[in-house]
Amino acid sequence: MSAPAVSFEGAVWLGSAPLFGPVRIELVPGGWTCLLGPSGCGKSTVLRLIAGLATGPRFEGTVSASDDRTVEGRVAYMAQEDLLLPWLDVAGNVALGARLRGGVPDAGRVQDLVARLGLTEHAHKRRAALSGGQRQRVALARTLMEDRPIVLLDEPFSALDAVTRAEMQELASEVLTGRTVLLVTHDPGEAARLADRIYLMGGGAMRQVSAPNGRAIRPVDAPEVMRSSAELLAALRAA
Amino acid sequence: MTGLTGERPKGASSPLPGAHGRARRAWRQAAGQAVLVTAVLLGIWQGIVWLFALPPFILPGPGRVALALWENAGLIVHHAGITALEVGLGLLFGVILGVSTAISLAASPMARAMARPALVATQAVPVFALAPILNLWLGFGMGSKVLMAVLIIYFPVAWAFFDGLVRTPPGWMDLARTMGATPRQVMWRIRVPAAVPALASGLRLAAVYAPIGAVIGEWVGSAGGLGYLMLWANGQVKIDLTFAALAVLAALTLLLHRVVGAMSDWMVARVG
Repeated sequence: MSAPAVSFEGAVWLGSAPLFGPVRIELVPGGWTCLLGPSGCGKSTVLRLIAGLATGPRFEGTVSASDDRTVEGRVAYMAQEDLLLPWLDVAGNVALGARLRGGVPDAGRVQDLVARLGLTEHAHKRRAALSGGQRQRVALARTLMEDRPIVLLDEPFSALDAVTRAEMQELASEVLTGRTVLLVTHDPGEAARLADRIYLMGGGAMRQVSAPNGRAIRPVDAPEVMRSSAELLAALRAA
Repeated sequence: MTGLTGERPKGASSPLPGAHGRARRAWRQAAGQAVLVTAVLLGIWQGIVWLFALPPFILPGPGRVALALWENAGLIVHHAGITALEVGLGLLFGVILGVSTAISLAASPMARAMARPALVATQAVPVFALAPILNLWLGFGMGSKVLMAVLIIYFPVAWAFFDGLVRTPPGWMDLARTMGATPRQVMWRIRVPAAVPALASGLRLAAVYAPIGAVIGEWVGSAGGLGYLMLWANGQVKIDLTFAALAVLAALTLLLHRVVGAMSDWMVARVG
C-alpha cells in the first residue's frame, strides 16, 4: 500500500465569524502527523472535513491527496468514544464495515486482526464485558479491518488511564505503520512520542512546530520527548 | 408459608447463588405486597357494601362477584376468548403498521415532510368517535373491533419507534459514513437495533391501549366479547356478572401488559 500525502487548505466559518483560517496542513505520507491544540480550537473540525463528515461550520477550501485521487472513501476513522455497537460481539464489531457495505466479511482476516490485537479470548464478548482499553483495541482492530491508506484518529486515547494510553500508543504506532495517519490530540506528550510532524492550533491560527528527532514511536522517557513535550505545553499555554 | 421461607434446594449449582436468592426474595416480597394490597382493596369494597347497605343490583360484594364468575365460567371464557382474539389481532396489525410507518418516515426525508404533519393531525380526531363509523362500515363482527384496536395503538407505536430511529447516536452515523455504508444497511444494522428501547416503550403503551379499543368497539355494537357481555349483563340487572366480566377484562389487560413487557425486556437485552 502506498499511502499518499494529504493536504488540507482553507478557512472555517461559524456563521459570519471565522473559527479559524485560512490554514494549511500537509499530512506526512505513510507517517504520523499530530494536530495539537486546546479544546474547541477547531482541530476536530479539520479532521472531520478531511473525513468527509458533516460539520456545523461552513468550510471554504480544499482537501486533496498527492496521488490526485479523492480522499473521501479512502479514510478509516477512530474517535475518542469506541463507537462499538453494544449488540454485536468483538468479532461482529471488527467485521462491521463489510456488513454495512452489504458484503460478507472475510472471517479469516477478522480472526487474524482479533488475534493480532490480543483479543482472541474476548472475541465473543460484547462491549459491556470489556474494559476501556479493550474497547479501544476493538475499535483499532475495526479501523485496521477497513485497510485504508489514510487513518484519522480523533483523540482516541484521551479517555484511557495513563498506563493503558501508553500501551495503546505503542500498539497503534506498530499496527498503523505505513499509513498516512492524522492524530488530533490535546496531549503534548502524545504528540511528542508519536509525531513525524506537529501542527499547533489555537487562537484561529495554525503553525508547524518541529517534532523531536528520531523515528516514532519514541520512548516516554527519552530526553528529546520530554523536552519537546515541555516546549509544546509552553507553546499551548502561550497561544 | 413458613415452611417455604428461606428454603434452598440442596446442592444447587447456580453460579451466583447470592444474586439468585436476592431476586427470589425480591419476587416473593413483591408478590406478598400484591396479595396484601388486593386483600385491603377487597376489604374496603366489602366494607362499603356493608356500611351503606347497598343492594346487589347497585354494587355486589366481592363474594357475589366471585360466585358469578364461578357460575358463569363457560360464558365468560367464551366472551373473553373473543376479546382476547380481537386485542391480539389488533396488536399484531397495529404493531406491524406502526413499525413500518416509523421505518419509512425515518428512511425518507420526503415521506417525513409529507406524512408527519398528517400523522399528527389525525391525532386530533378522537379514535373513540370513529367506533360507530367503523361499525357501519365493517359490521358487528370482529373486524371493526380489531380495526379499533389497530387505530388506537398505531400512533403510540409509530411515534415512539420513529423518535428512536431519528435519535441514533451521531458517532455511529459518522463511523458508518466513513465506512461507505449503504443507507439500507445502516437502517437495519444500526438505526433499528439502536431504536429498540424506544420501540419497547411504545409496545408497553400499546398493550394497555389495545383492550380499550376492542371494548369500545364492542360497546358500540357487537354480538360477543367481554364489552358485549358487560352491557348485556347490565341490561339483565346481573350486576355481579358485569363486575365479573370487568374483573376478567382487567386480568386480561394485566396479563397482556406482563407478556409484552417481558418480550420488550428480552428485545432490549438483545441489543443492550
